[in-house]
Amino acid sequence: MDNNNTLIQLEDLTKIYQVGETEVKALNGVSYNIHQGDILAIMGPSGSGKSTLMNIIGCLDKPTSGRYLLDGKEVSTYNKNQLAEIRNKKIGFVFQNFNLLARTTTLENTELPLLYSDISSKKTKEYAMKALELVGLQGREMHKTNQISGGEKQRVAIARALVNNPSLILADEPTGNLDTKTGDEIMDVFVDLNKKQGITVILVTHDQEVARIAQKKIFLRDGLIERLNGDRQ
Amino acid sequence: MTLVRTIKISFKALSRNKMRSFLTALGIIIGVGAVIAMISIGEGAKVDIQSRFASMGTNLLFVRPGSQSFRGRHGGGGTYQNLKEADAEAILERCDAVKYISPSVNTRAQVIYQNKNWNTSIYGTGDKYPLIRNWTIDEGEYFTESQVKTAQKVCVLGAEVNKNLFEGGYSVGQIIRIKKIPFRVIGILKTKGEAGGWFNQDDVIAVPYTTAQRRLVGRTDRISSIDVSAVTAERTQEAMDQIKEVLRIQHKIAPGAEDDFNVRNMSDIAESAAESTKILTILLGGIASISLLVGGIGIMNIMLVSVTERIREIGIRMSIGAKERDILLQFLIEAIVLSLMGGFLGIGLGVGGSALISHFSPMTTLVSIGSIVLAFLFAASVGVFFGFYPARKASKLDPIDALRYE
Ligand SMILES: Nc1ncnc2c1ncn2[C@@H]1O[C@H](COP(=O)(O)OP(=O)(O)OP(=O)(O)O)[C@@H](O)[C@H]1O
Ligand SMILES: [Mg+2]
Repeated sequence: MDNNNTLIQLEDLTKIYQVGETEVKALNGVSYNIHQGDILAIMGPSGSGKSTLMNIIGCLDKPTSGRYLLDGKEVSTYNKNQLAEIRNKKIGFVFQNFNLLARTTTLENTELPLLYSDISSKKTKEYAMKALELVGLQGREMHKTNQISGGEKQRVAIARALVNNPSLILADEPTGNLDTKTGDEIMDVFVDLNKKQGITVILVTHDQEVARIAQKKIFLRDGLIERLNGDRQ
Repeated sequence: MTLVRTIKISFKALSRNKMRSFLTALGIIIGVGAVIAMISIGEGAKVDIQSRFASMGTNLLFVRPGSQSFRGRHGGGGTYQNLKEADAEAILERCDAVKYISPSVNTRAQVIYQNKNWNTSIYGTGDKYPLIRNWTIDEGEYFTESQVKTAQKVCVLGAEVNKNLFEGGYSVGQIIRIKKIPFRVIGILKTKGEAGGWFNQDDVIAVPYTTAQRRLVGRTDRISSIDVSAVTAERTQEAMDQIKEVLRIQHKIAPGAEDDFNVRNMSDIAESAAESTKILTILLGGIASISLLVGGIGIMNIMLVSVTERIREIGIRMSIGAKERDILLQFLIEAIVLSLMGGFLGIGLGVGGSALISHFSPMTTLVSIGSIVLAFLFAASVGVFFGFYPARKASKLDPIDALRYE
């Protein structure tokens, strides 16, 4: 089904890693469409290629073959600088291990993507404060990242991911380092953002519970989509 | 991203690691400080020499035999002697801008008084020499024109010589031996009061040049140089021109041919003496530059370590949209900021250090703006040069590898 709110088109993506003499086929021909406003969960056993797929969708990596269209543009042909630009404007990342800058305040961490855009310094602070408010961290702007809990760290990471108003947030096992309750709270933040801001969320998870918030799921095995769920394609 | 933002980011990164930043800059601080202090010693020596020469009188002129370039007929300039007493007399007679002349025959000799031995410069001079050189007689008197004419074995001691042979006591009337020939002391010079230094004007003995010719050098037909004083300092150049004209006639030099003598004034001589300190300055500055270079390598080392340590940070920055150029600039600017701050502190250290040196040692030091600018530019380029490789390494990292780095 191709309607006009397709955000992402993946066509026969492969990714082959050369490790010494042997080739590792991390992706073996993945085709899938993701629409604006989706929450998509990517599931599958370890080594099935979930992170590899996420990295390609997130423009951190390029496929070995196949086409990847983001907003109708074929980003699989872009060079490093163009990809960086796309990451800055359209994509927000949330990682399992938070990946915040050490010895830096939550505000500074949240501002970071804006520093690499052409948004004025004045607006930078305003946007960052708004993003922190959205994830429920108002009043914690001046806390250093080593002074807050894991759940709060992940909220900062989410604030950083959404500060530049991206069309897409990618989260690779965002609750992997959190306890169940905190994990649930983080998932609520995602659902909230999706509902209120219409942001597309793609998350990788092992956890069926976590995946329940997703309207759509794909299961990967050996670099192939094994089955689809919630999307009668 | 604008440069201003990159600079801000670099400053933040540096201030997060104040101690490391300081230690990194320390190499540059010491390097720049050493360069400035060392150059100030060299420059100080130059100024010192120039002022010593200037104190001898600006209306002084020296006539010496021509240079070795004279058709190659003679060997080194030192052995080439073509000045005669007649030349000196002609100068005095025919140059109206000239006030006094004194033919000179100089040598070094061993002098003995009783059981004391001293090696010193012997100035064979005319009777006007004290007037030309602003020498003052402390005790006794200088030799007269008639004593010069008759080549008397009399001498006038410099203060340093008097100190060494007579323990500074009254020596007029005593007999000393110069090259085993007895000379009667008839006067003692007032000290110039310059302890040590580049050359000591008190460590001399003056004798009539005629006596020096006959008794000490053994050549009666030649003199080694002529000392001249111009009527006034303003007429020094005029006197020089007149002397040249007279000597060309005396020496029968065809028009267009080169002079076989040369006339120099005090500031020329001061200039060439100061020239010799240039080598000292270059040498000292060169040694100090090596420490600056080592400082630069220190910066590169720390920056490399810092890149490795901050691979994660680089990955994070890349994942949120930092371009290669942004990362390159950030690390390059960090290196430049470190070396510039090192440069600033180093200037303080250098200026302070050279003040201490001149305060606690007899050396004169002079901090020139040129050396500050030079050291500072050198520090900045050290930052760029040694910062570039680590910065480039950082910018070439793959974002996924960097993010995954443990
Ligand atoms: N840089 C790399 N070089 C070589 N092989 C790699 C590289 N990255 C991933 N692979 C291989 O590709 C395959 C897929 O890896 P990927 O990280 O996408 O798995 P995953 O589904 O995310 O696993 P997990 O659930 O453990 O995170 C694995 O076999 C992995 O070993
Ligand atoms: Mg993974």
